Amino acid sequence: MNIQGENKTQNRILSLLPLWIVIGIFMIGPLLVMATVSLMESNVYGGVHFKFSLSGYQQILFDTNLFDEIEFNPAYIIIIARSFVLALAATFLSLLIGFPAAYYISRQSNRVKNILIFLVTIPFWTNLLIRTFAWIIILGKGGVIESSFNFLGLLDKESSLNLMYTNTAILIGLVYSYLPLMVLPIYASLEKMDVRLLEAATDLYSSRIELIRKIIFPLSMPGIIGGSILVFVPCLGAFIAPDLLGGGKKLLLGSLIQFQFSYARNWPFGAAMAMFLLALVILILIFNAKLNRRHRKYEAQR
Amino acid sequence: MKPKDKKTKFRYVWNFPGFGGWTAIFFGFLYIPIFVLVCYSFNSSKFAMIWTGFSFRWYTKLFSNDDIQSATINSLIIAFSAAPLATIIATFSALAIVRGGEFRSRELSNGLITLPLMVPEIVTAVATLIFFASLGINFGLMNVIIAHTVFCIPFAYMPIKAALEAMDPNLELAARDLYSDKPSTFRTITLPLLTPGIISGFMLAFVISIDDFIITLMVAGGGSTTLPVYIYSMVKMGVSPEVNAVSSLMLVFSIFIVTLYWIFNRKINN
Amino acid sequence: MKEKVIKLLVSISLLFASSSLMAAGKLNLYNWADYTPDALIDKFEAETGIQVTVDTYDSNETLLAKLQAGGGSTGYDLAVPSQHFVEIMIKEGLIEKIDGITGMSNYKYVAEQFQGPSFDPTQEYSTPWQMGSASWAYRADSYSGNGSSMMEFFKPSDEVCGKVAVFKSPEEVVNMAHLALGSNFCSEDPNEMQAVMDLLIEQKKCVAVYSSEGINERLMSGEVIMHAHWDGYSQVGKWEGVDDLTYAYPKEGVVGWFDSLVMPKGAKNVEEAKAFMNFVMHPENMAILSNFAAYANAIPESVNYLSDDMKNATNIQVPDGIPVKFGQACNKESQALVDKVWTKLMQ
Repeated sequence: MNIQGENKTQNRILSLLPLWIVIGIFMIGPLLVMATVSLMESNVYGGVHFKFSLSGYQQILFDTNLFDEIEFNPAYIIIIARSFVLALAATFLSLLIGFPAAYYISRQSNRVKNILIFLVTIPFWTNLLIRTFAWIIILGKGGVIESSFNFLGLLDKESSLNLMYTNTAILIGLVYSYLPLMVLPIYASLEKMDVRLLEAATDLYSSRIELIRKIIFPLSMPGIIGGSILVFVPCLGAFIAPDLLGGGKKLLLGSLIQFQFSYARNWPFGAAMAMFLLALVILILIFNAKLNRRHRKYEAQR
Repeated sequence: MKPKDKKTKFRYVWNFPGFGGWTAIFFGFLYIPIFVLVCYSFNSSKFAMIWTGFSFRWYTKLFSNDDIQSATINSLIIAFSAAPLATIIATFSALAIVRGGEFRSRELSNGLITLPLMVPEIVTAVATLIFFASLGINFGLMNVIIAHTVFCIPFAYMPIKAALEAMDPNLELAARDLYSDKPSTFRTITLPLLTPGIISGFMLAFVISIDDFIITLMVAGGGSTTLPVYIYSMVKMGVSPEVNAVSSLMLVFSIFIVTLYWIFNRKINN
Repeated sequence: MKEKVIKLLVSISLLFASSSLMAAGKLNLYNWADYTPDALIDKFEAETGIQVTVDTYDSNETLLAKLQAGGGSTGYDLAVPSQHFVEIMIKEGLIEKIDGITGMSNYKYVAEQFQGPSFDPTQEYSTPWQMGSASWAYRADSYSGNGSSMMEFFKPSDEVCGKVAVFKSPEEVVNMAHLALGSNFCSEDPNEMQAVMDLLIEQKKCVAVYSSEGINERLMSGEVIMHAHWDGYSQVGKWEGVDDLTYAYPKEGVVGWFDSLVMPKGAKNVEEAKAFMNFVMHPENMAILSNFAAYANAIPESVNYLSDDMKNATNIQVPDGIPVKFGQACNKESQALVDKVWTKLMQ
């Protein structure tokens, strides 16, 4: 028995070893190196000086101006705030668009349900870059929207709606990118819902609105929270939508980080921003885990 | 009459007016951009936005474009290396985690597997770039393959884990009762039952690797440009029917694999 | 089943072998977008049997960042930086010293004043590619100005406000702003840089997009009317059908540049790269390049092979009395100021 137990442990370790090595070296390793680089001094032409410095982090709030004086610099706070607002807006819009759809799908027959859910997942598995640039064809000058407006006589040939290179365009791109991630968890929690609850409520003369507010919404809460996180987190670090649809005029967190490794060549600052984003995401995930635990407890008590 | 009455009442309770129409709009929103892109790839005009007529010329042009071909080959080499590696690692991990009982490093291993999903892609991309650059690791395509393997692991893991959990452990126990030794039980019972899950995991990992853009953009050096990175540089030059054509092919390819995965899985579940 | 798996594995490993072991006979060129004529590559491949792969970037800064990140080996065999970035790359040890450039068979065609240029006096790192200038271009039909002042670009009138586009990277734009303000390139004076920043921030209100790629497409669609531009590339736009596309030669001058082929550190296909360098210096091949990209070059004899289109190109003829000021390699202090200005502008 003992021998078998030892054997089992040995097998387990052997099976898990590749995982530990690969993720340990090539995922945690890079994160650690990045953390180290964020604590070094930047080299103007790119790369780093191997010298300890907090300037990467300091720069998030304070910046030396052109005269080499340290001053409070709200610029990055503005970028962070902009990312937050856009990510929140995208999450809210996804919820608004996705919830009724998720509900509707969850109430179909098994066959239809499976097909519809499959259709929801397809875009998720296709290339994000391609799906985003499809919107250039739709929003761009002379694109699908403008030419249909032209066709309907709502817009003369010379003028433009100027849909591209705006925050709205970025927002559309973000919602489009991550909408499936909102629908799936909501669907999962709605599917489990017992229809008899609704029947009982209706028998007790609940109105439609009350059905949604008092039964459907609370029951789908875990799905809504899960979906919101799945949308919010990638939106925070989005790079493709602002890059292709935003015209590079207004940076978001993701594009700011990428910017530091291309045009600006400030690795420590870019690494510090990445650490900041990572910390934010971890906080959100911890918050989510707490919520889940509380929900499970609540479920258990019922 | 009465039961029918009741049925209509049920309908009445479940369904909210307008939700059906809303769902139709929702699917329209999801698919119209893809549809438009594919349509415009058949535009004979040189300018993406001006429709002049139906033509296959951009597709034929793709086949004479060396850069697109070498980018495609790179993408395939990377996906055919990263996806199997990720699948193998995911399979062993799933076996240990699902069948290994309770053990101390179980939570940790679970966490390690999901880590690439938790960390925002841009952070992974930048971290990997710094990592390779500061250690001076440059094996060309190998760098990209390593990076892809890491973030493909969780995608390969999910279906394998699901398949293992759905498997009836009594089958294995029964086999062992019949004096089958452990390795042969694994070979004759566990592995065949697990194969569909492994294939599913491989397909998902493959699609994820083929489609990845941000990490590849940051990590890839000379001669390791992949198709999405090449498409990005084309898009930057302006949307042309040629980009639409190569993008449409990519979309169709991904949708094909995922559909295959879906049909395959439904067969198993039935 | 087993056989199939084995076959698959074999073919994958063959693919690998063909991509890594047989690296000889290959050449990875890293160049600006829309800057490498297919005809030139095809001719080179036909003459030498070397397979060329081209990747593109959109600015000297991006190239520099990629070389820095390569950690001593980027996988590229050749790149095409402008004169001042060649100097920076030499200083930072990012490009290889090449033996025998002056001994190459086609080196004799290089005009004397471009042999041993200031950024590479001993001609050990670079061979000429193309040269031209950066300023801005406009659709003459939609714009009432005449491009005589740099300020038309930086302080756009109401008729073009919102339809202006600017390069994505600071280098040339900051130099253009220096020209507009009458300050010196590579200024280390915070007051001057402050003025540059104010000008750029003021301009941003009218800027639709910051991008260095797809410039002609953007002008063609009418998405923008005024765009930071290069002389030759704007000429290409004209050839492609934007008849009224006019390159501005403001009285303050334009920013000159001279692009060269260099070999990034750790390049694997050294001989192939040298063959390409030599190939490009031949007048006939240099003419293919100029006929495609519409820039001037350092090979006088290439004139014999230039197309009529190229000989009559209006956008690349510098009017009398318009100064062409070449960008310089700034020291770290001034480079840091430029980066700061740009980061502040981009937020």
